[in-house]
Amino acid sequence: MGLTSHSTGTNALDSGLVIQRQHAEEKVIALAGNPNVGKSTVFNSLTGMKQHTGNWPGKTVANAQGRCTCEGQPCILIDLPGTYSLMAHSAEEEIARNFLCFGNPDAVAVICDASCLERNLNLVLQALEISSRVVVCLNLMDEAEKKGIRIQTELLSKRLGVPVISTIARNKKSLSALTRALCQITEKTESSVYHVVYPEPVEKALSALIPVIQEKTGGQPDSRWLALRLLDSDDSLLCEIRSCLGEAFLNDKDVKNALEQASAILLEAGINTESFRDLVTSSLITAAEKLCQDVVTMEQPAYQFRDWKLDRILTSRLFGYPAMFLLLAFLLWLTITGANYPSQVLADFLFRFQDLLTAWFRQLHAPEWLHSMLVLGVYRVVAWIVSVMLPPMAIFFPLFTLLEDMGYLPRLAYNLDKPFQCCHACGKQALCMAMGFGCNAAGVTGCRIIDSERERLLAILTNSFVPCNGRFPILITLITVFFAGMSGSHGTSFLCALLLTLTITLGIGMTFAVTWALSVTLLRGVPSAFTLELPPYRRPQIGSVIVRSIFDRTLFVLGRAVVVAVPAGLIIWFMANITWSGTTLLHLCASALDPFARLMGLDGVILIAFLLGFPANEIVMPVIFMAYLAQGTLTEPGDLASIKALLLSHGWTFTTAVSMILFSLFHWPCSTTLLTVHKETNSLRWTVLAALLPTAAGICLCMLFTGICRILPWF
Amino acid sequence: MKRSHNLSQLKAGQCALVTRIDTAGTMRRRLMDLGLTPNTEVMCLGHSPLGDPSAYLIRGAVIAIRAKDSQNIIIETE
Repeated sequence: MGLTSHSTGTNALDSGLVIQRQHAEEKVIALAGNPNVGKSTVFNSLTGMKQHTGNWPGKTVANAQGRCTCEGQPCILIDLPGTYSLMAHSAEEEIARNFLCFGNPDAVAVICDASCLERNLNLVLQALEISSRVVVCLNLMDEAEKKGIRIQTELLSKRLGVPVISTIARNKKSLSALTRALCQITEKTESSVYHVVYPEPVEKALSALIPVIQEKTGGQPDSRWLALRLLDSDDSLLCEIRSCLGEAFLNDKDVKNALEQASAILLEAGINTESFRDLVTSSLITAAEKLCQDVVTMEQPAYQFRDWKLDRILTSRLFGYPAMFLLLAFLLWLTITGANYPSQVLADFLFRFQDLLTAWFRQLHAPEWLHSMLVLGVYRVVAWIVSVMLPPMAIFFPLFTLLEDMGYLPRLAYNLDKPFQCCHACGKQALCMAMGFGCNAAGVTGCRIIDSERERLLAILTNSFVPCNGRFPILITLITVFFAGMSGSHGTSFLCALLLTLTITLGIGMTFAVTWALSVTLLRGVPSAFTLELPPYRRPQIGSVIVRSIFDRTLFVLGRAVVVAVPAGLIIWFMANITWSGTTLLHLCASALDPFARLMGLDGVILIAFLLGFPANEIVMPVIFMAYLAQGTLTEPGDLASIKALLLSHGWTFTTAVSMILFSLFHWPCSTTLLTVHKETNSLRWTVLAALLPTAAGICLCMLFTGICRILPWF
Repeated sequence: MKRSHNLSQLKAGQCALVTRIDTAGTMRRRLMDLGLTPNTEVMCLGHSPLGDPSAYLIRGAVIAIRAKDSQNIIIETE
């Protein structure tokens, strides 16, 4: 799952498997398929929705639903997470399997990668065992043709007994055949679809079991499929069967007897549970191989050694890590340099508008306190957020999305798997970490791609150690003002990008350290099974990436920040204007927190700002300025020199700046992230730990740094 | 001459035929779901910067597998 208005913020808490039918005649259509075959692109083209797409396996981790009309027939489309098989191994695969098996969709579209059909057929065959209302969609047909792969769709359709449609999902027109086929198949009642024939002992066991099941369930879900799964005795599936068909079904005497009889037949032929699973899987794969004969013809092998050319540099021993570092630095440099000018223009515009507002208030003879509260309190915080946050976000988000669309992110996981392995964790954690750059809440939800529960918890608990884009403006402002210099030349912006990259690297380093510490204490265990598909690089869709990331991600995140900023601006204004025996409330609170904050090299106001920034970190800097300004002179924010002057006049030093950077890297995650952690772990204990870990790390690091600075004379 | 060893010993650019998967449970199923069954051809494409995991071409897709898992995949080279 990527970063969209649907996946970030509170929407990251997905609603599970509840289908909201508007009319009874609406048909439910599920989109299934291997990871990274373009299901979300098909989904978007059909529904016109903006489900985020990207070139990496595991992007969609929850069910997304949307509506479309197929030839006048209203349909609900469900975008399932990608799976290789329906014998689920990970949480997301389980979601897909449960929906196909027990969600009872009217039709299933299995999306396949045309350039890798044989392996994709494995899932098609498993889907056919569950439902006969399946449409096979050969996606990425253009890529396959470029590689010289020809597919006889009609022959394949004849062999499978279901429609086979070839599409290019990025081209909306090519999808009309798919919608037509899907619409027709929902009406289908009886059919003769292809079924995999298993070795003789298995078939014999099945024929003993199927009639009994048929009698008990009435063929819903498919009896042959259910018989296979009962023989397989997979725990998670048995659990699901129990909740769908009831405990009574599994405890039924006839079913139990038939199952024992069938198991006896298998044992007689020397087949135990383990070898049964092997037989089933290899039968499926052999069947797929046979089906592909004469259907797929290749002029040359689909993937060649030379296709690995780019990866030989990007994942090489020598250049792998430097390439990652430089790429990140380059992205940040583009962001910082590109944001400079528009930031200034926006600030000028918005603060000129403030003068206009003031004039209006005067004209209307509004009371001074109202003007002060609304204009100086609320408006200024909002204006600050817009001018400081919008430009970097509007540049960083599209750049990050381009990288995602190209397929670089899985290489990140590939390169970083070894260090994660040393921390007894999973390399896919690197993908969640990368998502965390955009939004920690989305990063936490993204952790579902990790199979093992223990490793998933490790990734969830450490996700907020990398700064999300809400914290970038804090870091950029502080680094520019105190370390890189404010001349705005290429040299300073390059230095700023480099320092920011180093700061983020520190965050990544802490992620490793904390992951390791957790894996030797609370979450002990050995690394589990790990396989990761590295998709081919694809040319990103530049136009749609820019439009999508600006309108969908940027404006949404900005909107959320503004919504939080308004009450925060009010609170700060009230705190600065309500007096208690001569001193303002703000001053009282700040001085109460001050002694503790001083130990960390900060001051009370900064701590208050971080506390108020709990709903959204974006407002931390503006709140600090508001607080300082409320006590002192009016300066025009947005201008870096005046920011520096303001901060210095409130006793900021080099130590304060570094401590502030450290604390903004490591403090409590924002409220939405914590809500997401609670939803994902379903435990208050882990949620509290997710908040305590970065906070404790931040407090310790800040105190350590401040302590060292006080001892060493040259600071 | 046919020689048998395990997948982790394969060097970048080398091809081999899978003969046996000596692992059980989830990993075995996952590998098989990816199409890594006996008699499948695999090619080693390269190794990650720290040498582990490595990338293999399996039935037209590139899959990264850790050395501790590929050690249990027995292969045969010409």
